Amino acid sequence: MKRRKFDLAAVPGNSAVALDDRFQVATPLRRLLNKVFPDHWSFLLGEIALFSFIVLLLTGTFLTFFFEPSMTEVVYDGSYAPLRGTPMSAAYASSLDLSFEVRGGLIMRQMHHWAALLFMAAIVVHMLRVFFTGAFRKPRETNWIIGSLLFWVGFLAGFTGYSLPDDGLSGTGLRIASAIMLSIPVIGSWVTSSIFGGEFPGTIIISRFFIAHVLLIPALLLALISVHLGLVFKQKHTQWPGPGRTNGNVVGERMFPRYAIKQGGFFMVVFGVIALMGGLFQINPIWLFGPYEAWVVSAASQPDWYVMFLDGSTRLMPAWQINIPIGDGYVIPPLFWPTVVLPGILVGLSTLYPFLEARHLKDRKSHNLLQRPRDVPARTAAGAMAVSFYVVLTLSGANDVIADKFQISLNAMTWAGRIGLLIVPPLAYYVTYRLCLGLQQHDREVLAHGVETGIIRRMPDGRFVEVHQPLSAAPHGDGHGELEYTGWVVPKKMNRLGALGPAVRGFFYPIEKPAEAPVSPGHPPVEPRPEREEIGSGESRR
Amino acid sequence: MSTHTEHQAQQGREPLDVNTPGLTRFDIVREGARRDDIEIVHYEPQVVAGSKAERRLVRLVAGLFLLTGLLATAFLVIYIWWPWEYAPGRGSDKYFTPLLGVTLGLSLLGVGFGILAWGKKLLPKEVSIQDRHEGAVAEDERTITGQTMVYMADELGVKRRPLLGASLLLGLAPVGAVAAAPLVGGLISDPHKNNQMFTTGFAPAEGGQKIRLIREDGRPVRPSDISAGGQLTVFPGVEHGVSNRHADSPTLLIHLRDSDAQESRKANERVGHGDYMWGNYAAFSKICTHAGCPASLYEQQTNRLLCPCHQSQFLITDNARPVFGPASRRLPQLPIEVDSEGFFVAKSDYTETVGPDFWERP
Repeated sequence: MKRRKFDLAAVPGNSAVALDDRFQVATPLRRLLNKVFPDHWSFLLGEIALFSFIVLLLTGTFLTFFFEPSMTEVVYDGSYAPLRGTPMSAAYASSLDLSFEVRGGLIMRQMHHWAALLFMAAIVVHMLRVFFTGAFRKPRETNWIIGSLLFWVGFLAGFTGYSLPDDGLSGTGLRIASAIMLSIPVIGSWVTSSIFGGEFPGTIIISRFFIAHVLLIPALLLALISVHLGLVFKQKHTQWPGPGRTNGNVVGERMFPRYAIKQGGFFMVVFGVIALMGGLFQINPIWLFGPYEAWVVSAASQPDWYVMFLDGSTRLMPAWQINIPIGDGYVIPPLFWPTVVLPGILVGLSTLYPFLEARHLKDRKSHNLLQRPRDVPARTAAGAMAVSFYVVLTLSGANDVIADKFQISLNAMTWAGRIGLLIVPPLAYYVTYRLCLGLQQHDREVLAHGVETGIIRRMPDGRFVEVHQPLSAAPHGDGHGELEYTGWVVPKKMNRLGALGPAVRGFFYPIEKPAEAPVSPGHPPVEPRPEREEIGSGESRR
Repeated sequence: MSTHTEHQAQQGREPLDVNTPGLTRFDIVREGARRDDIEIVHYEPQVVAGSKAERRLVRLVAGLFLLTGLLATAFLVIYIWWPWEYAPGRGSDKYFTPLLGVTLGLSLLGVGFGILAWGKKLLPKEVSIQDRHEGAVAEDERTITGQTMVYMADELGVKRRPLLGASLLLGLAPVGAVAAAPLVGGLISDPHKNNQMFTTGFAPAEGGQKIRLIREDGRPVRPSDISAGGQLTVFPGVEHGVSNRHADSPTLLIHLRDSDAQESRKANERVGHGDYMWGNYAAFSKICTHAGCPASLYEQQTNRLLCPCHQSQFLITDNARPVFGPASRRLPQLPIEVDSEGFFVAKSDYTETVGPDFWERP
């Protein structure tokens, strides 16, 4: 029997057949390769959160190899001289060692911290995009709820994470967290005592936070993120209105190759930016804070930015204590309202918002087309109100620093925050509402009268008028055709109409080429990729 | 698959036989897309094969990839040979982390932008339209699935045999509790064990021995150690008194000026704390009654104590009453005196609860 020669070129084909024989993957794989995604820069904000999460998992795993989650007292004897001989917890000592003794440990720690800040920031910005464009509406309410939960789970991940080093700053944060738990009526002292294993600080909290931070919370995040992405995949992405785009289709690119390649590149860019930040920008220099000691604190003790709004609400809260004169007397401390009740209300309001809006508008339809914020003034204004509320609280979280740097009285800052919290949000609502209406009106105006050309014409009778370029052939002959608004950008400049040509391109020297005709998916040409003789490395063509 | 054959029937299109001779590869790709209800309506290369523009882009992408390799190698070289071990003062070790960041970050940006340029500039632009198939929910399917599930429930006969359902529920409820019991039972800890929430390190030792006020370095404090207007953080003179094991004990010992001391004494008498001060000296808990931070910024001129965490302010000369900010309760005062050897001691433990407030504080 003649031995067949081994044919290397047939290996991929044969393996593909062998795989499909066993798993029948051809059809599902084709579907995946073909799936169409709409493209818009604002759809990439959530990706930043996803990519930061991946960086968090990678760097965090590295950190666990060196961190010792223990509150056993040790005396520091590392290379950072100012702290040598100081008694401290093993957790703090191992965090110092991570920064000074482990080669490349500091950049890993700083990348981890920056990635966490970026993760939370991307979640918030992504959430704003989803809110202001109405992407949360039916059928996507579930994903909106999961997204809001991701913020709070991320918040917990961040808090448990930056508490771990047990340094002077994070210990103070932990002290405040214990006071917040204590403030819960009826069960407060039991909850605190159970979590801390006795009186604050106890000896167990760091190892409990550690397992929460490296196992329980990441597992929850991973599960929620998986469902979040799975639902985006199943329900297909929303898209902006535009030519050829309807509620019943998706106009965009197939997932492979171009869309997936862009995602891969974007991941590398996010990773690279985090690496640059981790290397160049110092964050949480725990060696400057010293170990946690219950009697030491410094001014300007601020938490990470996403916790600052709660710090702000705590600072602004008036000292309203509720006494309940039964038996020995019971107390609801003022701390309870801004730190337990307020977040509770925020979680409730944000998760319920899609249902509240649908109920208010009696809207039971599915929506796959996004809305421009200006077209839904009430929602946009409500969103602006929420954002301004958040901003006032966050700024108040740093009001001592602001007071110090700008030479303002500290008490005046607190009062400004208290009054601002009541006045700024309604003001933001009103201003945003008017802005939306104004923008709407301008869109309609351009649709009716055309684009301003900047050309001034003198009329025979001496008047000056500006020439407008109508957007459609005028049916009435006076240039005032009524065009329907389609929910997408109305061109407002002549070069948007291709009349002036695009701005000069090119970085070092101009790339001169004729203006590209705008892509209209309605009637475009369909051309196959130029056929090539053979699939190879590309070298054979030369 | 039934769904796309239906769809094709709607469009009146027969599926293409992909084995037809003469089909280009793109024809097959487009047929595959059509079977997934995708119409590729626009597909055009962005660069002409072999053109100058293509060569320039290829050079750019290749350059970025090579730059990545160069920078990643630089990262490795720095990681291995750069003097990285921490030394005090300025030194080349301070550049270790920034250099790692720059080389790693730029190399990742290089590969990232290389991939992006490849995907965005060298691959053909396309516009494809995919149907969502959301509106066309098959009522039939809903009916079938719904009926199947109801049928299964009927078969189980929970309605006809209610005892089964009830007994299952009664049987499983304790099993659920069993799952929760070890967690709750293991974690739960009585906050009132040893009266821990209401005592501090200053509680007199067994036998009524009064506890000394000591400094951070463990030395006891004499009145002459603090000048008028000055203050000192003191701790209970017990084992581990100066540590987080007595996190509720740190106390601020203040030597008030004469006039302030008089005012303070009057205020003390108003609340029945007449004998809490010793001379012009008063001691207040340093643990803020709001959130437990150390209220440690003492302003001599106004006799106000500020907590830097949430800016609660306490007026020391008025029993440390909160005068601004979110704190609602005064700082507890420690009754002090001087023992026979001339050192400060606590007459008794704090008579009010130290630290942040909670529900059952009397």
